Amino acid sequence: MATSTTKALAGEEPPGRTGAEGTPRRRGALLHRLDIKGAPYVFVAPFFVVFAAFSFYPLVYTSWISLHDVELATLDVMEWVAFDNYVELWGDSRFWNALRNTITIGVISTVPQLMMALGLAHLLNYRMRASLFFRVASLVPYATSVAAAALVFTMIFERDFGMINWALGTVGIDAVNWEADKWPAQVAISTIVIWRWTGYNALLYLAAMQAIPADRYEAASLDGASRWQQFTHVTVPGIRSTIVFTIVLSTIGATQLFGEPLIFGQGPNGITGGADNQYQTLGLLLYEEGWKNYQMGRSATVAWAMFMLLVLAFVAQRLIKRLRSRTS
Amino acid sequence: MTTQSLPARTDAPARTPTEKSPGRGGRRLLRQRAGRQHHAGPLAYVLLVIMAVLSIFPLYWTMVAASTDNTRVSQTPPPFLPGPNLFSNLARAWDEAAMGKAMVNSLIVAGVIALSTVMFATLAGFAFAKLRFKGRNALLMLVIGTMMVPPQLGVVPLFMMMSELGWSQQLPAVIFPTLVSAVGVFFMRQYLSEALPDELVEAGRVDGAHSLRIFWSIVLPVARPAMAVLFMITFVHAWNDFFWPFVVLDMTNPTVPVALTQLSAGYVRDQSLIMAGALLGTLPLLVMFVVFGRQIVSGIMAGAVKG
Repeated sequence: MATSTTKALAGEEPPGRTGAEGTPRRRGALLHRLDIKGAPYVFVAPFFVVFAAFSFYPLVYTSWISLHDVELATLDVMEWVAFDNYVELWGDSRFWNALRNTITIGVISTVPQLMMALGLAHLLNYRMRASLFFRVASLVPYATSVAAAALVFTMIFERDFGMINWALGTVGIDAVNWEADKWPAQVAISTIVIWRWTGYNALLYLAAMQAIPADRYEAASLDGASRWQQFTHVTVPGIRSTIVFTIVLSTIGATQLFGEPLIFGQGPNGITGGADNQYQTLGLLLYEEGWKNYQMGRSATVAWAMFMLLVLAFVAQRLIKRLRSRTS
Repeated sequence: MTTQSLPARTDAPARTPTEKSPGRGGRRLLRQRAGRQHHAGPLAYVLLVIMAVLSIFPLYWTMVAASTDNTRVSQTPPPFLPGPNLFSNLARAWDEAAMGKAMVNSLIVAGVIALSTVMFATLAGFAFAKLRFKGRNALLMLVIGTMMVPPQLGVVPLFMMMSELGWSQQLPAVIFPTLVSAVGVFFMRQYLSEALPDELVEAGRVDGAHSLRIFWSIVLPVARPAMAVLFMITFVHAWNDFFWPFVVLDMTNPTVPVALTQLSAGYVRDQSLIMAGALLGTLPLLVMFVVFGRQIVSGIMAGAVKG
């Protein structure tokens, strides 16, 4: 994805002249050369300094901490335990439960979200009245914080007086216990994710659709392609890298899921992901180990496991892609 | 600290608000408009209206619930029209739930983060777009690569770092890790490589201006529209950021999303109060979206991967 970006960049170095310093003019020239050579690095430095200090270093240090026993109350006391944390995590049923929940919620929230976004982008791509209104409207959920959205949906999905159960009741369906039952809870949590991100992804798709050259559509319609065929044979291939990009971002988001299940679980049960851990994600487990059980070493181990999950997800994605291209 | 932020587009030719040249790009735009789009039929309008209702309804209902009282909220069928208590509930949320302090904190946090992100992103974006230096491509690839690293994974060492610095429960703990953004750097780079003519930079050089001077008097004026968009999008993300502030702050000094979790934490839930808090915490961003919706939409679309 990124390779095409930089191809055009290949810049050549300005020809460096060597000369002795001394006269004021030469000193000015030296300063000038220093400026030309040095300023770019100074300009990009803040990004890399902050990233190294607050993102890269913590990420690497996480793996070191995961080999230790560290308690929240005494952060400076680290006891070397080698791979004990990993062994324990491997044997911990809560970990496998959280892993399964993260994957299932990830699939339930990501697949419909991206498909709906594709449909919405297609609709937004029509020439129409009030197109700006529809675009801004679809972006309104994106302006809502996880916290606010989760609170509202908790009420909408409430068992006794929630709007969803009321609506289901009017068509004769029994009330669903959206919080306590595993699959309903996971669907409800996924709904929050879908609501927040569909419109945003749709705008990304829309931007890509508008960059598809019109002659491809003309050629397709000359070949007698129907609108649906144009959509599947011109539009979707035309925005493929955007689709890949959104899949990557949504996958990252899904492995990190935290706020939605936490707040949906309402306080006391929030961190455990429900009374039976029925919707505890890896993100919640990470927090529970560290900040409820005070075991920072184990928390770091969960973080490292999440990272591995992410890596595995991308390896799997690559493999599937390769297999597909081989079969077709 | 969210990964799902403004994405980057990878190929250079595309539209930015400043592309007005009647050259190739302009002609391509015109042709696209003529050939590509069909008019929306009635079905498309119906679907779009449904979509808009689904998008807006939860927020509308937040307002409804925040304007009634608890007995009314808990009735079936649920209320669909606003009640009379909106302002008293908002005032209660402001006082009781520490929402007042949270709003001020969020304003500080999001404001500082957005300002510094825009500043550093414009500097780096300018360097990547218009200056020549060894390792430029590699460094740019590195910037893009950092987008793939979810910051949540480093949370344990980050927490230890903050307590060592004495920043636990303090706003700097939330501000510092997010002072820059890879997405922002890339966004500004894309914008400036199109919007800033090389000749302008060269002319500055000929006049003997040093790089910072060129940045200040030539780049900044050109970059301003993109900077405004980046500011707003970063502000939204910083305002809504949840995981890290939740970990490192507590209820004595929360940001808005952290304060909202406390609202729902009790066993007896005051529904109207919760909804009033949620509404209050979302209001500033909603106002921003209503006023600057067009710019935010175009900014997100300009930053998209195309192809």
